[in-house]
Amino acid sequence: MHPITTLHYLVLSVALLAIGTIGVLTRRNIVIILMSIELILNAVNINLIAFSRHFNNVNGQVFAIFVITVAVAEAAVGLGILIALFRNKETVQADEIEILKW
Amino acid sequence: MNFLDSIGLIPLFPLFGALVMLLVGRKLDPQTDDARHHAPKSKFLISLLCPGTVLLSFLLSAGAVWQLVDRPAHTHQLIQFTWLAGLPFHTAAGTLARFTADFGFLLDPLSSVMILVVTGIGFLIHVYSIGYMAHDGGYYRFFGYLNLFVFFMLMLVLANNYVLMFVGWEGVGLCSYLLIGFYFHKKSAADAGKKAFIVNRIGDSGFILGMLLMFSLFGTARFLDVNKALAAMGPETHFGVLTAMAVLLFVGATGKSAQLPLYVWLPDAMEGPTPVSALIHAATMVTAGVYMVARSNQLFRLAPEACLIVGTVGALTAFFAATIAMTQNDIKRVLAYSTVSQLGYMFVALGAGAYWVGIFHLYTHAFFKALLFLGSGSVIHALSGEQDMRKMGGLKNKIPVTYATMLIGTLAISGIPGLAGFFSKDEILWQAYSHPLAWFRVVYALGLLTAGMTAFYMWRLMAMTFYGESRVDPKVAAHIHESPRVMTVPLMVLAAGSVLAGWIGVPRLWSIFPEGFRTLETWLAGVLGNAHTIGEIEQEPNTGLEWALMLLSVAVAGAGIALAWSLYQKRKPAVEPLQALGPLYIGSLNKWYVDEAYDVLFVNGLSKGGGTVLSRFDQRVVDGGVNGAGWLTRATSTVSMWWDTWIVDGAVRLTAFAVKISGSVVQIFQTGSVQAYALAFVLGVAVIFGYYLVR
Amino acid sequence: MLDTVFFYFFALLTLGGAVLTITRRNAIHSAVSLIVSLIGVAGLFLLQRAEFLFAVQIVLYVGGIMVLFLFVIMLVNLDDAARVAQFNKQWWLALACVVAVGGELAYFVSRGSDAFRLGEATAAAPDKAGNVERIADVLFSQYLLPFEVASVLLLAAVVGSVLMAKRKV
Repeated sequence: MHPITTLHYLVLSVALLAIGTIGVLTRRNIVIILMSIELILNAVNINLIAFSRHFNNVNGQVFAIFVITVAVAEAAVGLGILIALFRNKETVQADEIEILKW
Repeated sequence: MNFLDSIGLIPLFPLFGALVMLLVGRKLDPQTDDARHHAPKSKFLISLLCPGTVLLSFLLSAGAVWQLVDRPAHTHQLIQFTWLAGLPFHTAAGTLARFTADFGFLLDPLSSVMILVVTGIGFLIHVYSIGYMAHDGGYYRFFGYLNLFVFFMLMLVLANNYVLMFVGWEGVGLCSYLLIGFYFHKKSAADAGKKAFIVNRIGDSGFILGMLLMFSLFGTARFLDVNKALAAMGPETHFGVLTAMAVLLFVGATGKSAQLPLYVWLPDAMEGPTPVSALIHAATMVTAGVYMVARSNQLFRLAPEACLIVGTVGALTAFFAATIAMTQNDIKRVLAYSTVSQLGYMFVALGAGAYWVGIFHLYTHAFFKALLFLGSGSVIHALSGEQDMRKMGGLKNKIPVTYATMLIGTLAISGIPGLAGFFSKDEILWQAYSHPLAWFRVVYALGLLTAGMTAFYMWRLMAMTFYGESRVDPKVAAHIHESPRVMTVPLMVLAAGSVLAGWIGVPRLWSIFPEGFRTLETWLAGVLGNAHTIGEIEQEPNTGLEWALMLLSVAVAGAGIALAWSLYQKRKPAVEPLQALGPLYIGSLNKWYVDEAYDVLFVNGLSKGGGTVLSRFDQRVVDGGVNGAGWLTRATSTVSMWWDTWIVDGAVRLTAFAVKISGSVVQIFQTGSVQAYALAFVLGVAVIFGYYLVR
Repeated sequence: MLDTVFFYFFALLTLGGAVLTITRRNAIHSAVSLIVSLIGVAGLFLLQRAEFLFAVQIVLYVGGIMVLFLFVIMLVNLDDAARVAQFNKQWWLALACVVAVGGELAYFVSRGSDAFRLGEATAAAPDKAGNVERIADVLFSQYLLPFEVASVLLLAAVVGSVLMAKRKV
C-alpha cells in the first residue's frame, strides 16, 4: 500500500469541510447547524496539523489551539443565543425565523 | 480798471439782485400780499438794490465799450470756461468735432450797442417801476423777475456762441412768462403767459434745428469760428444747407420777435404790468430775434433766398399788424401791434442786407417805444387803471408831462424829420427800394403804406387820449393826477433820447453833416458789413431818387397824421369814424380772427383730434397690450403647469419608480433566511474559485 | 503499515460521524455522532504527532462543547422538531455549490501538491524535545499576546453566554 502522505490529510480535510458546509446550508434545525459549524472548524484543524507536521513547524499546532479556543467561545455564545431565540420564537427551525425578511 | 476783462460781471449784477429777491425778498417786503397806498420803508431796500444793480451794469458796460474802441478790430472775447462735456461726432465734412459750448462773452460793436440799450433802458424802466408798482402786491417778486430778465438778456447778447445765446433766449422767454402772468390770479393773465411761452417754443424748435445743423456742418457754434468757416467756404459747398440753416434760425427769430405767424402772443402779453410791456415787449426781448439774425449776417449773406424770406415776412408783418392797430380801443393793444409792426421793419432791413440799419431801428425804437409804453402806463396810473381809450379824452392839461413826452414819442415813431424814428425808418425804406431784386420794390410799397398807417393810428391814440372832450368816468376823473417824479423823470430822459438818438445815423445824403454824425454805421461796419454792398456789387448812390423817396415818406406820414387829426381831434363820444369801413373795420377790430383760426386748427384740433387718437390708442394698443399680457401669462402658466406635472413631477416619479423596480429585484434575495445568505457566501466562493480555475 | 490502517480507521470515524451528524433526525443522535467524529479527529491528531492537541481535543471539544450541546438539546425540547421536515428548500442548490467548491479545492490541492512535495511521505524526524515543551516554548514567548487576548475572549464569551441565557436581564 502506498504510504499516507500529507495529501491524504488535505483531501480528508476538504471532505470534512464539504460535509460541514452541506450541514450548515441544508439542515433546518439550528442545533444541527451549530454542530455542522464545529465540523468545519475541525476540518480546518486537521489541515493545520497536517501542514505543521509536513513543515516540522509547531506554529500550526499553536494556531489550532487558538482555533479550538475560539470554537469553544463561539459554541457557548451560540447556544446562549439559541436558548434566547427559542424562548422568544418557540421554534428552532431556521427557516421559520424570518425577522430579517423585507 | 480793465473793464474789458470784467465783462463777465455785467450780467452778474442783475443776477445777484434776482437771487437776493428770491432768497430774502419776501422778508424785505412784508406787506407783499396786501396792497396799500403807502409803501413801507422796507420796500426802500428793494427799490435801491434792483435798479442799482442794473445801473452798475450800465456803468460797467459803458466803461467796457469805451475801452473797446482801442482794441484791434473792436473785438474782445473772454472765455470763462467750456461747459458742455464734448461729445465727439463727425461733421458733414468728415472731420471729428466735439459738441461743446463755452461760457464765454464776446464784446464787439454789435453786442456793445445791445448791452448799452438793454442796461440803459432797463435802468430807466426799473426806476419807473418803483413808482408804478408801489401800490401793487408782489413788489419784491416783480423786481426779482425784472432783474432776472436783465441777466438773461445780457447773457443773450454777450454770449460768444449760439448755445449760450440760446440759454439766454430761453431764459428771457421764461421771465417773459413769469412777468406776463404776474397778476396770476387773473385767468386771462395766466393764459397769456402760457400762450407766450408755448408760441415761443414753436419758434425755438427752429432755432435748435438750425443750431444743430450748424454743428453738423461746422463742428462749432462759436460766432467767430462759424464766421471764419463761412468765409473759407469754397464754391463746392452746398448752399442749400446754408439756406436751410438760415431759414431755421429765422423761424426761431419769428417766435421770439413776434413775426407772422407766431406774433399772436404779443398782444395778449399786455396783460402784464406796463413796465414789463415797455422793457420786454418793446425794447429788449422782442429784439432778440433781430439781434440773432444780425449776428448771423455772414450766414445770411451766403443764402439770398433766406434773405428774401426774411424781408418779405417782415414787410407782411409790418403791414398786417398796422391794419389791426388802427381799430383797437385798448391803449396798450395799439402799442403792442405797433411793436409787431416796427419789428417787421427791422426784419425788412435785415432781409435787404442792410444789417446795421436794422440794428439802428432797434436802437431808436427802444427809445420811443419804451417812452410810449411808459407814458401809457402813466395815463393808466392817472386814470386809476382805465385802459380803454373810449373812456379817455381831454387829458392834455391834466397830465401835462405825460402828454408832452408822449407827443414826442408819437412824432418820433411817425417818422417826423429830426426825431429818432425818421432816420432809421427812412434808411430802411431806401435800402428796400434800392435793392437789386425787383421784389423788394413791393416790400418798399408795403413799408410805405405801413408808415402812413403808423402815423395815423398813433395820432388817433393821441387824439382819443389827450384831446377833445373828456369821456372819463366821473368817479375816476376826480382822482386824475400827474404821476410822481420817479415815473416822470424816466419819461423825460426817454423823450430826450427819442429826439437825439437818431443823430448818430444821419444818412450820407445829408452831406452837410460831418462824418461824426454817422458813427453808428462805421462802428457796426466791422461786424455787420457794408450796407451799400449787396453781394459783390457796389451800389451807385442815386441821390435824386433818395431825396424823392425821403420826401415821399415824410409826406405820407404827414398825411396820416392829418387824416387822424380830422377824424379824431374833436371827436364826439361813442362814434368811431372807422366804422364806416364796415366789414373791414370789424375784421380789423377782431384781429382778423387769427387767434380763432389757430384755436380751431391747432389748439382744438390737437386737443380733440389728439384726444380721440389717444383714447383709441389707449383702448386698442395699451389695453390690448395689457390684455395680451394677461393672456400670455395664462398661456405660459398652463404650459408651465403641464411641464411641472408631467416632466418635473414625472422625473421625480420616474426616479421613485426606478428605485422601486431595482429594489424589488433585490427584494427577492431578502428572504430573511440566514441559510440563504450562507448559501450566497458559498456560491460566491465557488465563483471566485471558478475564476482562478479558468485563469 | 500500521500507520495506514490507523489513518483509514480514524478517517472513517471522522467522515462517517460527520455524515451521520448532518443526517440524523434526532438531535441526540446527531450529537453523539459528532462526538464520534471528534474522537476520530483526535486520533488523526495523534497520528500527526500532535499529542497535546489530541488531549485538548478530547478534553475541550468532546468533554466541554459536546456536553454543552447535549445540555442545550435537552433544555430545548426538540421532540416536535424531530417530527417535521429536516432539510430546507434550498438543499439541492446547496449540494451543488458545495460539491463545486469541494471539487475546486481538491483540484487546487492536487495541482499544487508538487510544489510542496505533498505527495511524498513525510520524513519521520523524531522530536528532540517533547511536543508539549515545543508548544509551550512558542506559546508563551512568541504568541504570548494572542494567548492573553484569547483569555479575554473567553471572558467575553462567558459573560455573553450568561447574559444571553438569562430569562430576565
